[in-house]
Amino acid sequence: MAQLGEPALEWTRKHLLGLEDLSAEELNIILDTAESFREVSTRKRKKVPTLTGKVVVLMFVEPSTRTVTSFSLAAGRLSADTVSFSKGGSSISKGETLVDTARNIEAMGCDVIVLRHSAPGAPHLLARNLECSVVNAGDGAHEHPTQGLLDMFTIRERKGHIEGLTVGICGDIKYSRVARSNIWGLTKLGARVVVCGPATLIPDGIEEMGVEVFHDLDEFIPQCDVINILRIQLERQKSGLFPSIREYARVFGINSERLERAKDGLLIMHPGPMNRGIEITPAVADGPHSVVLDQVTNGLAVRMAVLYLVCGAKG
Amino acid sequence: MAKTTLIENGRVICPGQGIDKRLNLLLAGGTVAELTEGRPEADETIDATGLVVAPGLIDMHVHLREPGLEGAETIATGSAAAVAGGFTTIACMPNTEPAVDNEAGTEFILLQAERAALARIYPVGAVTKGRLGRELAEIGQVSRAGAVAFSDDGSPIHNAEIMRRGLEYARMFDRVVIEHCEDPDLSGDGVMNEGTMSTILGLPGIPSASEEVAIARNIILARLTGARLHVAHVSTAGGVELIRRGKAAGALVTAEVTPHHLALTDECVRTYDPVFKMNPPLRTASDVAALRDGLRDGTIDVIASDHAPHPPESKQVEFSQAPFGVIGLESMLPVAITELIDEVLDWPGLIATLTVAPAAVLGIDRGTLRPGADADVTLIRPDQRWTLDVDRFRSRSRNCPFHGREVTGRAVRTIVGGTTRFRAD
Repeated sequence: MAQLGEPALEWTRKHLLGLEDLSAEELNIILDTAESFREVSTRKRKKVPTLTGKVVVLMFVEPSTRTVTSFSLAAGRLSADTVSFSKGGSSISKGETLVDTARNIEAMGCDVIVLRHSAPGAPHLLARNLECSVVNAGDGAHEHPTQGLLDMFTIRERKGHIEGLTVGICGDIKYSRVARSNIWGLTKLGARVVVCGPATLIPDGIEEMGVEVFHDLDEFIPQCDVINILRIQLERQKSGLFPSIREYARVFGINSERLERAKDGLLIMHPGPMNRGIEITPAVADGPHSVVLDQVTNGLAVRMAVLYLVCGAKG
Repeated sequence: MAKTTLIENGRVICPGQGIDKRLNLLLAGGTVAELTEGRPEADETIDATGLVVAPGLIDMHVHLREPGLEGAETIATGSAAAVAGGFTTIACMPNTEPAVDNEAGTEFILLQAERAALARIYPVGAVTKGRLGRELAEIGQVSRAGAVAFSDDGSPIHNAEIMRRGLEYARMFDRVVIEHCEDPDLSGDGVMNEGTMSTILGLPGIPSASEEVAIARNIILARLTGARLHVAHVSTAGGVELIRRGKAAGALVTAEVTPHHLALTDECVRTYDPVFKMNPPLRTASDVAALRDGLRDGTIDVIASDHAPHPPESKQVEFSQAPFGVIGLESMLPVAITELIDEVLDWPGLIATLTVAPAAVLGIDRGTLRPGADADVTLIRPDQRWTLDVDRFRSRSRNCPFHGREVTGRAVRTIVGGTTRFRAD
């Protein structure tokens, strides 16, 4: 486990763009580093001087509540200076390109840009064109690496290990960046990943990513040690991907009755925001299996670790 | 007495005449005088030892962007790019602003081509007014003004009834309809090939079925009407098979393929670099293999660039927001030589896809070194190894997916109507 403030010698990446690129060793470095940072959040004075003098810019071009708050607190606990802006309050709404906006920010001296953007690959575009570190905080349907990491951190904390577990991901896999980051990270650490959802929301060729596909919850649930339930975007119904919210809730909603067939010690996770009563019933969301709020708490430690590592990688 | 030029000691390849032989080519004035083993006297002699002497190459699928989008390309800069790439003749698509759907627009293209005075340019007229797919354009008058083919390229003709009427109507004037075969509903908001790679990258996909459904429909309509259909930029294995079967069943269908679809796959999109974004999108390795098979067995007649210039700023954005299209006039010949010679086509086969085959599709009397033909000649150094560099391109745009690629072979001299319009330094 890394000591606070000690440079992580093994970590060489300047950016965190996705979990697909990372090795199992690199994933473990982040999770171990997060472990050492978690204690900071339990202190009375929740701050360490690790990133004093560093500037972290939170560029959230797509709306976010929990991720931006989490990154902002994480940077603050490491004593970095943070600036945050959203699409409405920025020159992007005046037609400036993403690269120009980011270059201007960089010209003021910044060490890390944390980017949330609706276009897959937007962080890659910045990484190609800027000198500073880029952390992907969610790019369209591509990846959400820190969400994947905090999910893995939560599983490891509760189960003691990831290898050998069967982790299910349920719902709208096609449009989910959370699903992709989880699939890459979990399979690299030796978990079996199974996905379940309507055929219209399971993308072409997903098996090539190393997962098994199910369409029947009653067959899927008993196999899982962990189920990560994804939010169903209500607008998908309008684009013809499933017939109605009522049918979705009935066929793919997770409720207590269905969980009677689950393994003992099943963990229920959800990246939020939840549609209670649709993909998950309140009884499950707030029930004994649920670790939803632990995920949020752990997100802070994971994001502290990521900011610390990418800053350290640059020297 | 007209000026004479002797191109001597070259390997003359003229697939239209079945010639592949060391011969001397005599040009007199603006026409081919003779192909001979002798050595006639001439005012000027060009030593073509070690070179391929081909009929002037034809690229039948080019976007010149003028009028309306001159920031990307003009008829003058596009003509310069054409001759630099070895092309003496190009056909330009009508998706300009405004679209080329009337006589005046067609004549404007020809006038600008004359002013540029580099390559021969044949306008392609729109099938429908404004390329909107609703009402037929004035195909008769536009033909008379000089359009050799009709196409709404850039967009497919969505309505099968309009497509049918366009084919029937163009047939009266013996004009081919060049169709961008795509089902827009199946493509949706797709920006790359649908498959494992689009799933990994989280980018919306364009399924192969989108192209295949449209090719199938259009071949059926070509058979119904007896009209000539040319499938632009086929990209899928299923599309090649449909064209193969259509030809066997007697439909008057021809097809073209681009160098990028023959050489690249959707793996390139991993970089999220919009220089790899075009429509149809880069497909998979098995599609590439099927396209090469299609060229080999003659299912695919023509190689064309689909040269689609876009200014640099429009490609310096998020992948999903960038426009579709790549440039190809200055990379097509070297990429085709590097990728295809020996593996897929022999030299006469390759030259045919760039000369007689597109000339036949467009119904123009070009692509041959027959005595009496216009003296359009491309000299190719087949073994020259070099690196493609967009910063040395004549095109106004830089969106070439082959930038930085090591290639073998290039056009070293391009002669149009007896006059050298390009010479490699």
